[in-house]
Amino acid sequence: MSNTNNVAERSAKETQSLVQASLARRYRAERRFRAYGLAAVLAGIGFVVFLFGTIFSQGLSVFQQSYVKLTIQYDSETIDPSGARNPDDLVTADYQALIRAALRERFPTVEGRPNLRELYALVSSAASIELQRRVVEDPTVIGQRETLWLLADDTVDMLLKDKVSRTAAEDERRLSDQQIGWIDELVREDRLALRFNRAFFSNGDSRDPEQAGVRGALIGSALTLLITLLLSFPIGVGAAVYLEEFAPCNRITDIIEVNINNLAAVPSIVFGLLGLAMFIGVFGLPRSAPLVGGFVLTLLTLPTIIIASRAALKAVPPSIREAALGMGASRLQMVGHHVLPLAMPGMLTGAIIGMARALGESAPLLMIGMVAFIVEVPAGVVDPATALPVQVFLWSDLPERGFVERTSGAIIVLLGFLLVMNATAVVLRNKFEKRW
Amino acid sequence: MNDSANSPPLAEGVKTIGSLQVPDPVFTCRDVDVFYGDKHAIKKVNIDIGRKQVLAMIGPSGCGKSTFLRCLNRMNDTIVGARVEGEICLDGQDIHEKRQDVVQLRARVGMVFQKPNPFPKSIYENVAYGPRIHGLAANRGDLDDIVNTSLRRAGLWEEVKDRLNNPGTSLSGGQQQRLCIARTIAVNPEVILMDEPCSALDPIATARIEDLIDELRESYAICIVTHSMQQAARVSQRTAYFHLGDLIEVGETNKIFTNPQAKLTEDYITGRFG
Repeated sequence: MSNTNNVAERSAKETQSLVQASLARRYRAERRFRAYGLAAVLAGIGFVVFLFGTIFSQGLSVFQQSYVKLTIQYDSETIDPSGARNPDDLVTADYQALIRAALRERFPTVEGRPNLRELYALVSSAASIELQRRVVEDPTVIGQRETLWLLADDTVDMLLKDKVSRTAAEDERRLSDQQIGWIDELVREDRLALRFNRAFFSNGDSRDPEQAGVRGALIGSALTLLITLLLSFPIGVGAAVYLEEFAPCNRITDIIEVNINNLAAVPSIVFGLLGLAMFIGVFGLPRSAPLVGGFVLTLLTLPTIIIASRAALKAVPPSIREAALGMGASRLQMVGHHVLPLAMPGMLTGAIIGMARALGESAPLLMIGMVAFIVEVPAGVVDPATALPVQVFLWSDLPERGFVERTSGAIIVLLGFLLVMNATAVVLRNKFEKRW
Repeated sequence: MNDSANSPPLAEGVKTIGSLQVPDPVFTCRDVDVFYGDKHAIKKVNIDIGRKQVLAMIGPSGCGKSTFLRCLNRMNDTIVGARVEGEICLDGQDIHEKRQDVVQLRARVGMVFQKPNPFPKSIYENVAYGPRIHGLAANRGDLDDIVNTSLRRAGLWEEVKDRLNNPGTSLSGGQQQRLCIARTIAVNPEVILMDEPCSALDPIATARIEDLIDELRESYAICIVTHSMQQAARVSQRTAYFHLGDLIEVGETNKIFTNPQAKLTEDYITGRFG
């Protein structure tokens, strides 16, 4: 008896020491794994901080723009010599002359064509459009004086934002010493300052950086995504419900399922080509239109939404289905009254993922012509338009310094759009979310 | 015979012992076979289900009692690969006939499940759902009446009358099961099927459900599947014993429990296996 006891005790100790030894090894492995995980997360955070840091440090300055304060004399001789106030004459009048006059008035000592041309170059060509707008809106200003903040040229803007060097050799700069002198003088008088950049949010694209805005691309993206959402969500949810709840289980549905999964992995440019061939080539829909963009992005997001929706439907507990059927609900009533409301949060998550992907797509939109240079802000879904990621792509290619900050600015707007869109979806999802 | 649980499966179509038939049955089942794919789950079962009485179905796990219960309102239709053969007549009409609409059948034959499964809606909506989809209430007042009466008959009214708008899932397990019963009787069925309605409940909640079954027997035919022989003895008037897909014995409950005719029945109710 005592013998067996001894053996049992010894083996228990042995077991203990074995466990002890393995324990240390197991904890070491766990610590190592945690360290790897932490390192991966930190590296990820580092890259995100770097990415956002770059974008914001380059792009935040776009929300301010240089404006020059000038006192404009709405000279009736220049604008409307006939005095008839004919709207056509008011539109075609030489407003540039008014600005030139105002500049000469401020710097009376500047003489000679080359010097004057340098002086006139400080103000953007968009400033005359602003004057034209004011006069056409209210012709009674003709003959009066008005002090206005007018858009400065992008070279001036870059200097004010310290984005170009003042000390480089003069022939390597776009601003001469003389111009820098005038600029400094205007800044001292508070006649040249950085103000909120309205143009960036109210204009379409432009060749002049100071005039270029994201409004066209923003509206284009919004219209495209509206079409995408209106088509892909109902179709995707409908397809998922049919496949999950009604379709018979056979070879054909298996093939469909495999193909949907494959479609989710098809490169987006292929959808663009399909859209070009089908919607523009066969159906003759207009090029560059958000309508076609929406169609193409619908094709792109459908697989994602269908897959997520089917997963959400599968996750609804069978007891709820049995309860509904046991009450005498038809299949459609079971789905409509009970399964769909419970699956809705999951479906919305799928829609968020799909729409976020659609918002960031540029390749398929290039194929259907949404890459064109479009100045006008689109007013409808068949107007030519571009989209935010395409605008980023376009601006990133341009040589002017002003477009560097505009590229980053457009990315910030794109991120903001994404944030608003996702926040809306999350709020909706929380509204639908129910516990069971 | 201690080893009867391990005995080879009985030949198909074992002759059922006992009184299959009752006067004026609500259900008459003749030669019912159920297959799940290749598996023969129910073998040539013949049984009648009487009005205003409780039929308890007992038997070891996997004996097919739940499967048989689910045949009675065609819930097996939802299972892929399930096939039902034979004749199941509700008031003389075969429920598998083309003319028989499954939605209508389920309105006549209600079901209470093993796990309480109220809809994730308010208590009121849970009970009102059936009358609403079947168009039983012409207006809100009628619907309120139906909900009120159903909850009263399920013995739940006093507990929930002040919180009809709370979610049904906020109730306790026993209350949820009574809510499911209230939901079932709200469409005024002829038969109520109960698939182990108390297996997820504690003894006090079980006792309340059993009392409720006793009251409901006044108006409905009730079929209850149970693992508890005591429960079968307490609530039922007739008992059917299933074994590996065969209906071995059926008869008056007190006879089955005091004087079983079949060896298998005796072994089961005396606790030698199962």
